[in-house]
Amino acid sequence: MKWDWSAVGDFMPHFWDGLLVTLQALVLGSLISFALGLVWALLMRTPSRWVRWPVGVVTEFIRNTPLLVQLFFLFYVLPEWNITFSAMTTGVVAIGLHYSTYTMQVYRAGIEGVPAGQWEAATALNLPMTRTWTAVILPQAIRRVVPALGNYVISMLKDTPLLMAITVLDMLGEARLFSQQNFQFTEPLTVIGVAFILISYPASLLMRALERRLVR
Amino acid sequence: MSADTPLMKEPDANSDANPAADGSELIRFDKVTKRFGDNVVLDGLDFSVASGKHVTLIGPSGSGKTTILRLLMTLAKPDEGTIKVNGDYLTHEEKNGKLVPAGEKHIREVRKNIGMVFQQFNLFPNMKVLRNITEAPVTVLGMSKDAAEERARELLELVGLTEHVDKYPSQLSGGQQQRVAIARALAMRPQVLLLDEVTSALDPELVAGVLDVLRDIARTTDITMLCVTHEMNFARDISDQVLMFDSGRVLESGPPEKIFGDPEHERTREFLGAVL
Repeated sequence: MKWDWSAVGDFMPHFWDGLLVTLQALVLGSLISFALGLVWALLMRTPSRWVRWPVGVVTEFIRNTPLLVQLFFLFYVLPEWNITFSAMTTGVVAIGLHYSTYTMQVYRAGIEGVPAGQWEAATALNLPMTRTWTAVILPQAIRRVVPALGNYVISMLKDTPLLMAITVLDMLGEARLFSQQNFQFTEPLTVIGVAFILISYPASLLMRALERRLVR
Repeated sequence: MSADTPLMKEPDANSDANPAADGSELIRFDKVTKRFGDNVVLDGLDFSVASGKHVTLIGPSGSGKTTILRLLMTLAKPDEGTIKVNGDYLTHEEKNGKLVPAGEKHIREVRKNIGMVFQQFNLFPNMKVLRNITEAPVTVLGMSKDAAEERARELLELVGLTEHVDKYPSQLSGGQQQRVAIARALAMRPQVLLLDEVTSALDPELVAGVLDVLRDIARTTDITMLCVTHEMNFARDISDQVLMFDSGRVLESGPPEKIFGDPEHERTREFLGAVL
């Protein structure tokens, strides 16, 4: 096996393109999963089981089927019903939706971790239910779960190469394309491997630091 | 804090909702029963509290004292019977001449007359002291932020914590947190203040400070107090009336001199002998 620095140089412009796509997918996917997960978690707390039951079934289904299958489904099956999105949009939605079924459990644990006394104090002060949630319960719950959410962002980063399966050119997609065109596999794959660890390891250190600060 | 500090008596938009402490009936429990599973905590309880009075509930643990406060605060619902506050049903409302379980709107309307201080303080840890006190006046009573903060500072002066306005609850001692909780409850200008074993979670050396603040409030305001406590000296000091509970019923009641000095029931004597 020969290491060819010039191949690295040739690959770099493609690498930056791929990195941008990966980071875009990660950021947008995270935002969707944070927002949607919170919506699921709150819906699961409504008194009506006609809300809880369908939400429970749907999220359980999504959590327990592979992300890759969901990607294919959204990308190849939806267009048959005349619903079409770009590959990138489909990918971001699929990742965000998939991970929202995990973040909802994180939120749930965070919400359940807020002591009953906080609810009681809010009742005693006659705070309306929406204000109790936004000013008392969620700030405390979310503070506790930031590190856990962060860990899912790192997982999501490592799942972004799946987007390649629906033609999105993320880092892996770019590396594969370059490899096939130039018959040089070692350099591009090594570059993106290093890039993944350069992003995810510091991120996991950051999460551990946050955990020490926020979870008390 | 001087005795003439305005606390509950100053006129404001809210005061017309507070009839004077004229001794009229403010709270009435009518055949209230509360069960937890097979355990009957309150058994057809009848009792009433007159406006402006300081009433202390004593009795062995499990005798239903705290449950009374929790029912009044709507933290629990009675299984049978009715509770009236200021003549209004608390957990029921009248519709077409029939008594039905009250909706949220009705409960909130009646509940605004009631404030509570908890054993575990239950301050909001995500808010500084000042906002703990102003949050509800601003969002529930619709006070302006400035007016609410001014009022909060007055109350913090009353409880002796002016220098801690900008701290988080976790930076305060238990006694200080409980005094903030008292200020927070008073900021809503309730007619009734419920005190649920407010010194039980405190280190012994911090108890006196909290009780002094409450004595001050009892002396300088016309707020009605309903107090569950094991501090018998405090109960003797502030109470107009003491209710001795046993097994979910009022065993006897009377002025503190009577209950502490010459109780009618042997059971009361035993209890006082054990706690005094």
